[in-house]
Amino acid sequence: MSASILQVRDLHVEFNGVKAADGVSLDINEGEFLAVIGPNGSGKTTLLNLCTGYVRPKSGSIHLDGRAITGLSPRVITRRGVARAFQIPQLFSDQSVLDNMMLALAAKDGLWTMLRPLALPARREEATALLDLVGLRDDKNRVSRTLPEGHRKLLDIAVALALKPRLLLLDEPTSGVSTLERFSLMEALMSALRTRNITALFVEHDMDVVARYADRVLVWNAGTVMAQGHPDEVFKDERVLKNVVGVA
Amino acid sequence: MRAILLIVAILAIVAAPMAAPWLQFVLTMAIAKGLAALGVAVLLRAGMISIGHAMSFAASAYGVAFLARGGISDFGVLLVLSVVVTGLAGAVVGAFLIRYRAIFFAMLNLAVSMVFYALFAKLYGLTGGTDGMTIPVPTVFGVVLSEPTFKAVLFYGSVALMLLVGLAVHRYLDSPLGHALSAVHTNEVRLEYLGVPVWAVLLVAYIVSAVLAGMGGAIAGFAIGRVVPDFAFWTASGHLVLVAVLGGIGGVPGAFIGAFFLELLHTEAAAFTDAWNLIVGAALIGVIMFLPKGLYGLLTRSEVPAK
Ligand SMILES: Nc1ncnc2c1ncn2[C@@H]1O[C@H](COP(=O)(O)OP(=O)(O)OP(=O)(O)O)[C@@H](O)[C@H]1O
Ligand SMILES: [Mg+2]
Repeated sequence: MSASILQVRDLHVEFNGVKAADGVSLDINEGEFLAVIGPNGSGKTTLLNLCTGYVRPKSGSIHLDGRAITGLSPRVITRRGVARAFQIPQLFSDQSVLDNMMLALAAKDGLWTMLRPLALPARREEATALLDLVGLRDDKNRVSRTLPEGHRKLLDIAVALALKPRLLLLDEPTSGVSTLERFSLMEALMSALRTRNITALFVEHDMDVVARYADRVLVWNAGTVMAQGHPDEVFKDERVLKNVVGVA
Repeated sequence: MRAILLIVAILAIVAAPMAAPWLQFVLTMAIAKGLAALGVAVLLRAGMISIGHAMSFAASAYGVAFLARGGISDFGVLLVLSVVVTGLAGAVVGAFLIRYRAIFFAMLNLAVSMVFYALFAKLYGLTGGTDGMTIPVPTVFGVVLSEPTFKAVLFYGSVALMLLVGLAVHRYLDSPLGHALSAVHTNEVRLEYLGVPVWAVLLVAYIVSAVLAGMGGAIAGFAIGRVVPDFAFWTASGHLVLVAVLGGIGGVPGAFIGAFFLELLHTEAAAFTDAWNLIVGAALIGVIMFLPKGLYGLLTRSEVPAK
């Protein structure tokens, strides 16, 4: 088995008595595409919030490449190579699609060029290439607020890719994306991950997508990992079928 | 098209005092207030309203007065030093205030500015209290000038400064840092998740805005020849916000358009009516209701349909 990039050990967190993470331990291995499935409200988004420092655990630890990142801010964790796309897209809604992308690219370069424009030709090109990849070429100049939900989702993913992360966390990347576009998005995403050597975890409700693309599946239930393994094995598990696949 | 408009406007401003000498002072003050309002407009990009920016305006004018009292007599040195000091003061005050948002940011700026006002007014021995301090006619590159000559130099120097600074601020707002500033307004969470330190983006903006207000304050001080605590009074801060909103915060020219409009309107209206406040109030209501992008929006309309 390849080396693990992210190690999560015995995380606990609760909100008003609801245990959103109840002794969670897991590893994300270099190069894998790891799916997380589980019923609504089981704590999948909370797991991403914990791994990126948006929520602090009550106890437990998180290590990235063997270094502790527990309690660090999202900004610092992002700088260490973890990017995130959100369940509800987080965009700069007053700015154009292209500007959203270029700002992400500029953030990666470091912002401290006060007197050079954001829209440098090379940056514009790189941004356009990424927009092409996720299929947003025609929306380039639209104000991001005016995009349909599915396209905002795609832009959010493209922004995360622009950060050239080592580890990418995707929260339901295909929700809101039409079933027609779903598989072309996944194909584009998989090729981007492979060519850029990005390890990824994705939360997903579409079991067809999971079965087809995931190297490994974590089944989440009530704040804990209920089962894990190769999709074929996991989908045979009675408990999983009953608790998750049936309801998700 | 816009370049031609700009050139015509600059030529008109430069030529105006030749036709009507009294305009020289009015226009110098308009530039001074325009610079300060531009500072307010920079922060407005991030959705942060400073109702206290007259403090930097006043601090810089007092800076000039103190430095002049201390024996510095050169115009350039006085201007640069007072603006640098104001920028440093802005960094200190800003480091504390940029942690707050919305009404808290607005009110804390107001509060700090009123502390400044009180200090200027009460430290009689140092600041001359409500009488203020005189700002003597400085030398320019070592040359001793008569007052009218200096006022002309000040006017043309201010026009040049307005152009230079306007260009620099335009480039700043067009840079990644400037775009990040607008992004603070819409999504701080995403900014953090891009690895951007929001506090640093805001601190730079706060310092820039303090420096702009400082330039304006120094120019106003030289033009009037005196600085009084009222420079820092909250109504002066409110006036700067008014200028910024009236002119339009979409681009650099907005603040100056607002300032020229208000200064000229004031001089004209005050000459034959005391309904000045009524006129300004009505103008502001009109702009907010019909021109959400301010007067400058009139010139830049079209490209993106409002939605
Ligand atoms: N910041 C918060 N404050 C209070 N409660 C929270 C917070 N974040 C999550 N929760 C609660 O924790 C539980 C897990 O929420 P979470 O969003 O992680 O679930 P999820 O698995 O992502 O669900 P979904 O499939 O609907 O996205 C829910 O009961 C939710 O209400
Ligand atoms: Mg969720």
